[in-house]
Amino acid sequence: MAEILDNLRQYLAFPFVRYAIIVGVLVALCSSLFGVTLVLKRFSFIGDGLSHVAFGAMTIATILKIKNEMPLTLLLTIICAIFLLRAGQSTKIKGDAAVAMLSVGALALGYLLLNIFPSNSGNLSGDVCAALFGSASILTLTATEVWLSIVLSLVVVGLFVFFYHKIFAVTFDESFASATGVSAKSYNLLIAVVVAVIIVLAMNLVGSLLISALVIFPALSAMRLYKSFLSVTICAAVLSVVCALLGLLIAILAPRAPVGPTIVAVNIGAFLLCSLIGKISGR
Amino acid sequence: MSLISCENLSLGYEGHAIVKDLSFHVDMGDYLYILGENGSGKSTLIKTLLGLTPPLKGSIRYGDGLKKNEIGYLPQQTLIQRDFPASVEEIVRSGCLGRMGFKPFYGAAQKELAARNIERMGLTSLKKRCYRELSGGQQQRVLLARALCATGKLLLLDEPAAGLDPKVTAELYGLIRSLNEKDGVTVIMVSHDLNAALEYAGRVLHIGSRIFFGSREAYRSSGALGSFEGDVKNG
Ligand SMILES: Nc1ncnc2c1ncn2[C@@H]1O[C@H](COP(=O)(O)OP(=O)(O)OP(=O)(O)O)[C@@H](O)[C@H]1O
Ligand SMILES: [Mg+2]
Repeated sequence: MAEILDNLRQYLAFPFVRYAIIVGVLVALCSSLFGVTLVLKRFSFIGDGLSHVAFGAMTIATILKIKNEMPLTLLLTIICAIFLLRAGQSTKIKGDAAVAMLSVGALALGYLLLNIFPSNSGNLSGDVCAALFGSASILTLTATEVWLSIVLSLVVVGLFVFFYHKIFAVTFDESFASATGVSAKSYNLLIAVVVAVIIVLAMNLVGSLLISALVIFPALSAMRLYKSFLSVTICAAVLSVVCALLGLLIAILAPRAPVGPTIVAVNIGAFLLCSLIGKISGR
Repeated sequence: MSLISCENLSLGYEGHAIVKDLSFHVDMGDYLYILGENGSGKSTLIKTLLGLTPPLKGSIRYGDGLKKNEIGYLPQQTLIQRDFPASVEEIVRSGCLGRMGFKPFYGAAQKELAARNIERMGLTSLKKRCYRELSGGQQQRVLLARALCATGKLLLLDEPAAGLDPKVTAELYGLIRSLNEKDGVTVIMVSHDLNAALEYAGRVLHIGSRIFFGSREAYRSSGALGSFEGDVKNG
């Protein structure tokens, strides 16, 4: 035990490890806050679609040899988020098809582009793997990316707290909200944009294939245990942060464990535990 | 000027009209009953008045400076997911949001308004309970309390008595009447309860195969009642 702690202390001496932990915790917090709304609004498929879009967008940024990929990725993902929201509102089937189209299309194009314009590293499958599963990218963040992540996360958390009651109203009953003067349209737009931001942020942490897990698992776990919106939100946030922290520490100490999948695995464990507790306590 | 006036309104979905050429108006302080058989378009009319469904043709004008956040609304059905975690209190309070602008949190006034409406609907002992675990009638009362929180000048109710027991129904009618008479709230109510309509309504709008709009007395005495009564009862 003492050895592990010692080991950990050594790792924590590296600034990039500390950055990774800070960014990881913030991203986990953001994704869990909006995860509750996404799950309840049956929007989780949009989150999934967007994560693939973000992958495609990132490859475009990569082949354009843009040094800091995040702003462009962010912009493209936000545009797609708005598009998907619009499509989803017209009619159900068209919306689903639009999501599938965009997400599969972005994935395919992204991979195609990476093949045609190989990056400097010359390690194609490594690059793709990193983008899809996050491997070590959280440990290789540049200082700019770290600061951008921190600022964006704080903005996301701030927006959530500030609009918390409106987000609840729009999630619970959209037509009542818009009938009584809460502009459901604007809040849906806000949610879509914020989700795009979260996805781009989370891509560094767990990679684009696994983002949905970060969004969905804490919300679903919390819903096994609690029954009011506030308690579910708080529980999801706490669970998500704890799981991310635990996952990061495990991944740091066990060099073979990739960050993203480890965090997701911890989340799955938490979900199973919560389900069990929920069953036993008869909730 | 009327609070709401509709001219030659056609209602429906995706270009398919359900009601055609509907003209009526609602004045400040009115108590309007909307009657008609199932599927005649009553809920559609309510949603159109609220701006949730666009009218196919015709115009709706809002007068007397009516603002959206002065409208209380009880939907006939709310498509709430089976597993939505929300407490009674959270839902009722959300009725206050329209008038709060960008204020992020509920103030003492909103909390008190919500508490009063929870009390009015006899939900005080249930206020921490989870909405989805309540009975149908209890859920209806929660949504009514939320509607009352949102009500300023106008209250639209789509079959408010559905699922309520006789005692609560009578209390509800009494409450709505007192809101209408004492607080000057304009009420528009969809109902299948013809007796209540003949007792409480100021005016009646009957939609369906024939359209009637006029005072309760006119509705009672018009031959209309006889011919409508059948389809209301069958409906
Ligand atoms: N979202 C919708 N899209 C298409 N058609 C609809 C939609 N909602 C209702 N309709 C149709 O419009 C017609 C009127 O429906 P509406 O709900 O307004 O009836 P209603 O008068 O409220 O009936 P009830 O007494 O059963 O509540 C029905 O024939 C229904 O099939
Ligand atoms: Mg109806």
